[in-house]
Amino acid sequence: MKIINCPLNGPRNSSEFVHGGELREMPDPNNCTDREWAEYVFYSDNQIGVITEWWLHAPSGYWFIAERHTGSDEILRTYDPSEIFTKRVEFSAKAESSQSEEITA
Amino acid sequence: MPFSLLKYGLNKDYPFEQNADLPAPSALKSHYDVVIIGGGGHGVATAYYLAKYHGITNVAVLEKGYLGGGNTARNTAVIRSNYLTSEGVKFYSESVKLFQGLSNEFDFNIMYSRRGQLTLAHSDAAVRGFRQRTEVNKHFGGKTELIDPQQIRELVPTLNMNPADQPVLAGLWHIDGATARHDAVAWGYAKGATQRGVELHQLTEVTGVTVEQGKVTGVETNRGKVSCGCVVQAVAGMSSVVAAMAGIRMPITTYPLQAMVTQPVKPFLDPLVSSPALHCYVQQTGRGELVFGGGSDPYPLYSTRSTMDLKESLLAHAVELFPFMANMRLMRQWGGLTDMTSDYSPIMGLSPVDNYYLDAGWGTWGFKSTPICGKTMAELVATGKVPELIEPFAMSRFDTFRQVNEMGATAASH
Repeated sequence: MKIINCPLNGPRNSSEFVHGGELREMPDPNNCTDREWAEYVFYSDNQIGVITEWWLHAPSGYWFIAERHTGSDEILRTYDPSEIFTKRVEFSAKAESSQSEEITA
Repeated sequence: MPFSLLKYGLNKDYPFEQNADLPAPSALKSHYDVVIIGGGGHGVATAYYLAKYHGITNVAVLEKGYLGGGNTARNTAVIRSNYLTSEGVKFYSESVKLFQGLSNEFDFNIMYSRRGQLTLAHSDAAVRGFRQRTEVNKHFGGKTELIDPQQIRELVPTLNMNPADQPVLAGLWHIDGATARHDAVAWGYAKGATQRGVELHQLTEVTGVTVEQGKVTGVETNRGKVSCGCVVQAVAGMSSVVAAMAGIRMPITTYPLQAMVTQPVKPFLDPLVSSPALHCYVQQTGRGELVFGGGSDPYPLYSTRSTMDLKESLLAHAVELFPFMANMRLMRQWGGLTDMTSDYSPIMGLSPVDNYYLDAGWGTWGFKSTPICGKTMAELVATGKVPELIEPFAMSRFDTFRQVNEMGATAASH
């Protein structure tokens, strides 16, 4: 079985891990357009090459980041998210105005 | 010995040239009205219907490998229309109808064989889902029934009714379920298209797409540049990569899907059997081999390699369904690439680039839609108007949050 090197637990079987998708920047949900939000949640580069992506070590509930080649499946590097995220990300949604907003679908 | 064979034996010319189903390779022209990227089932079907129904024959199908050698040859050849949404059921039902007449139309046997497809429910939630699918299917004229364990036992006496301690509670019996030879479908369409004047260029890889002022004007290939009026992209498994050449970003993630086939045995399994809960579907081919497929791999990858752990779990589930299969030997195993969309429906129609048409997002449902896909894409190219049948599958549905949720209807759950 493929071995993934977890930054917290060391090398473990790939069956212990859950893939979390490509790392991408979240637009501000309160100020972005529908198109920008759709771009964030649905669209992806999905190219052949080295990508930066989220992984979860399920037994320990630990999220980390891996750099992996999507053609060869080689994992080049795994590291703790604190390397990229130096401060806490806040998800404060607009409490009331979001309900009164018309859905433009 | 037939005399014709003797005649060929004494012939100085290689007889293949005179009797070939496909014309010999020719030079690329500098301009085509329509360039189709991808010589798989969808690509050649589109070319075929363009020539047949719309009289458009200045068409080139560009294939980087060989005809039908990509995911057309890697699927497990299941034909069915027992989907969940009305959009999906309407679309796939038309496809099944077209499949039924293809052998006659081509004068070429695609080995279409209607066996019926049986999907197993192991939970109350699955039974409720099946009830809904039955009614949706009946409403649109499909032949689908909800059947009980006794009926399942009669249809498939060899089935273990309590696989992996998950008792079979009911079955979705789709009478129109069928299988066909996937290569033959591509060959039949290619033959019909080239006979009508379409050019099929194998070993011709598109390396770039020329877009001028938001409109596609040509493609670059490993055999030189070609200008064109419009482009149809039909490259299952590489949709995001090819679309990126035209500057288009897609709502697709590409995963491998692994399948395998056993040694041939006497016919014992008529219907196609699938169990979404066990991530497994099984069918017996006309030659007697058993074909298995499962869900996609757990993470995205552009590789058709096989992995021991996925093969192991797929086989474990297959043996739960049919315990005596534990003694059978595997002949081949392989992987294909599935372009998964988040709503499990395809992406068809217009793109952000003018005259660049998308036929993508074919995940695990591409082969079964080959005929209707070719027909509707041809209509789109010829008329410039999106046919009603594929309107719901526009890529722009993601921008307006109007997905066509087909999630409950995949044969092996994802």
